Amino acid sequence: MSYTSLTDADREEMLAAIGVDSIEELFRDIPPGVRFDRDLDVPPALAEAELTRELERLAAKNELPDVSFLGAGIYDHYVPAVVDAVLQRGEFLTAYTPYQPELSQGVLQAIFEYQTAICELTGLDVSNASGYDGATVAADACFVAKQATGRTKVLVAEATNPQVRQVVKTYARGFGLEVVEIPHDGGTTDPDRVRAAARDAAAVLFQQPNFFGCLEPAPDLAAAANDADALALAHVDLVSLGVLEAPGNYGCALAVGEGQSAGNWMSYGGPHYGFLAARGEYIRRLPGRIVGETADAAGKRGYVLTLQTREQHIRREKATSNITTNQTLLALAGLVHLSLLGPQGLRETGETCMALAQYAKERLTARGLELVFPEKTTFKEFAVRVGRNAADAIRAARAQGIHPGYALGRNYTGLDDALLVAVTERRTPDEIDRLAKVLAP
Amino acid sequence: MTKLIFERSQAGRRGLEVPRPGLPVPELPDELARRQPPRLPELAEPEVLRHFTELSTRNFGVDTGFYPLGSCTMKYNPRVNERLAALPGFRDLHPLADEETVQGALELEWRLGEILREVTGLAAVSLQPAAGSQGELTGLLLLRAYFDERGEGEQRRRIVIPDSAHGTNPASVTMAGYELTPVRTDARGNIDLDDLRPKVDEHTAGLMLTNPSTLGLFDENIEAIRDVFHGAGALMYYDGANLNAVCGISRPGDMGFDVVHINLHKTFSQPHGGGGPGGGPIVVRETLAPYLPVPIVVRDGDRFRLDYDRPKSIGKVRGFTGPFGVFVRSYAFMRSWGPRLREMSEVAVLNANYLLALLGDAYDLPFERLCMHEFVLGARTLKRDYGISALDVAKRLMDFGFHPPTIYFPLIVPEALMIEPTETEAKETLDAFVEAMLAILREAREDPELIRAAPHGRPVERLDEVRAAKQPVVRYGFDHEDVAPAGEPTPLEAPQGA
Repeated sequence: MSYTSLTDADREEMLAAIGVDSIEELFRDIPPGVRFDRDLDVPPALAEAELTRELERLAAKNELPDVSFLGAGIYDHYVPAVVDAVLQRGEFLTAYTPYQPELSQGVLQAIFEYQTAICELTGLDVSNASGYDGATVAADACFVAKQATGRTKVLVAEATNPQVRQVVKTYARGFGLEVVEIPHDGGTTDPDRVRAAARDAAAVLFQQPNFFGCLEPAPDLAAAANDADALALAHVDLVSLGVLEAPGNYGCALAVGEGQSAGNWMSYGGPHYGFLAARGEYIRRLPGRIVGETADAAGKRGYVLTLQTREQHIRREKATSNITTNQTLLALAGLVHLSLLGPQGLRETGETCMALAQYAKERLTARGLELVFPEKTTFKEFAVRVGRNAADAIRAARAQGIHPGYALGRNYTGLDDALLVAVTERRTPDEIDRLAKVLAP
Repeated sequence: MTKLIFERSQAGRRGLEVPRPGLPVPELPDELARRQPPRLPELAEPEVLRHFTELSTRNFGVDTGFYPLGSCTMKYNPRVNERLAALPGFRDLHPLADEETVQGALELEWRLGEILREVTGLAAVSLQPAAGSQGELTGLLLLRAYFDERGEGEQRRRIVIPDSAHGTNPASVTMAGYELTPVRTDARGNIDLDDLRPKVDEHTAGLMLTNPSTLGLFDENIEAIRDVFHGAGALMYYDGANLNAVCGISRPGDMGFDVVHINLHKTFSQPHGGGGPGGGPIVVRETLAPYLPVPIVVRDGDRFRLDYDRPKSIGKVRGFTGPFGVFVRSYAFMRSWGPRLREMSEVAVLNANYLLALLGDAYDLPFERLCMHEFVLGARTLKRDYGISALDVAKRLMDFGFHPPTIYFPLIVPEALMIEPTETEAKETLDAFVEAMLAILREAREDPELIRAAPHGRPVERLDEVRAAKQPVVRYGFDHEDVAPAGEPTPLEAPQGA
């Protein structure tokens, strides 16, 4: 490996120009008491071929199933080849935040297009350039709601992804927010419970489809929030928005979610992107970068980072957020994927997920398994009772090459025998038949 | 003018076929079904690829050329790391898969953590934070948990931050529910000890410090600063933004810091991606370890597991164990250097001092010292004498084929130009940059209009940022002009970079 260019002769010349005798002398301002006086005790340097072998060893230690029905927030959707091709363009990959628009029109325009796509999907007016993941953008949205309403309590549906709830609670401590969870009733959230609890709340956060895969009565939940002057915050799945109504169209003030489903590999949990969109009135409270359209001196259209007086580098302790580095490259991947799909492809992806999930429900129930929430409409994921501890069922299925889902007992009491099964457009009826045989021999 | 992808759209085109298994599609309840389809672009695949390829040609990355954006550490991103992160055993791994099936991923995370512990000289690590600023928030929440348990949570409400700090530091203080105590920088670029001492007492929770600072200077009084804080029962947070200066040379833990974040996208070469992703692991002293986010990667013999059973943990700041693909790249980068990481920092510091030696007399130099991995010049004289600002210098540098340095930051240096060459650059590149910077000085005298009209020959000239903020257009309007509520314009001398 050589990632530096300096020859010995270069070093000599440069030291002479600086007027010092050695590289050591460049560090003379570091007090002797805090200097590190031995070699770093880290593994030896590797040549590229050796490095490749070492990382291949680690990758091979992971056991990928033949077929996976594991979802619970991160999904095995197809990532088109064009996404990888675009992301490996060095001009995108190795640039940073577009502080200098004349050198950054490519990424600025791409973010503007991403913002447009997110607004279209969510039915809202403004989007930021991305947040860290689907969990942190939910916390961001709660903070917007606190600032917008002056209230210090948020309601979170218990049927929301547990990781999202955990992150919201962690952030809430810093924000000075109280988090109150609304239990689910038979797999979905009861709007009447929300209405009763929302009276002094800044926001009501729910997930659509929720963590169990069930469709919430989302318009009624939003109405319950709005009746109490709390902001309705929907946590949504981009891939569902070709078939499911946009949250902006049923009264939500903000919509957030995990973008991984659109354009990102699962990659053991990241890097991915969180998206955040809002009604126009909240634009000055949004966290993170926003790209706007403008013109140059000659009247030519161009794009810049805008409304930066919200941000930490200008507003410092009064900023709307501390976010700086975001997830632009992953959001770009999402934009490329959505551009390849178009409205028709997105709708068909949703329909295929629904059709295959329905087939899976039928196959599993035909073999005697029971759905946990049989009355509920679902999208691409559903909960099924497997007649024993779900963790044991997973272990047994894995031995046959199938990862059958997520053990809901990890997060919910009374669901130790429940398995959350995710069916994306990548699954086939044959694979589902195999799942049914493995779970109900 | 490049068309927006929405302007290239033609109804009925598509770029990707989706499997259609021939099964019935269940009906959705009317009130939940989408009424109007989203207006996503409709293009065939070749046109999608061409669109984004064209956009890429209107962008400048480290692959394109010299990118001395101070405090952002724009170093070479080895391509082998991209190939390794895309190995199916990493790329296709689900974060909730059983621990027995992800032993390679956990081993990688554990090994990465071990190197970070050695480089920082601290005891326990969490890889979870997604970026440096999230590491800051996480670290401050650890301080709160620590003082709460000691019964000092209500009493210790203040965090001390020098006036040279990144804006993320004060923003994180607010997000963590703390209050800010600013402290001045002295004439040598160190924290002003006389200003500091009376500000640190039993109400102080801690210090946040970047060392070397955003001025590119190592704080010569770091031991005295440590004594002030630890003497008052307060803790010290190290902003690792500038760790590229001191790997194997000086360790934050040995300087007295209790919490450190590391920007994996800076020092350890995760590509910056046009704005992200990053990685912001934190490493802490043993006393703070119980409060780290869950889960923690633990080694038991030759097996690795995730420890969730940590009752004092602050919780989670991000999903799963963190941005794993970033860990693959940074781990690969560290293994390429091995113990020679020290040489990486030495070359970064040598390159910076070389530029400083050749430019320090030509521009304003706020501090007459050797620098670390970056340095700050001022264009105040240039502005006074010729009306050429730091912004003008930045724009003119583009004409010479360089990305500009960070400008107008740190805030305490007027007309600041903050220059960080990194270890990547060859001497010829540095020499060419010096020539350009000196040429701009000559042009300022002879042809200032040339500079003020810069850049030349770019896809756009200087853009009207006031209009962008006053009439915000933040999405394509399709068939009508779509303007969001107005905001404040960005001040002309707002930081650009860092």
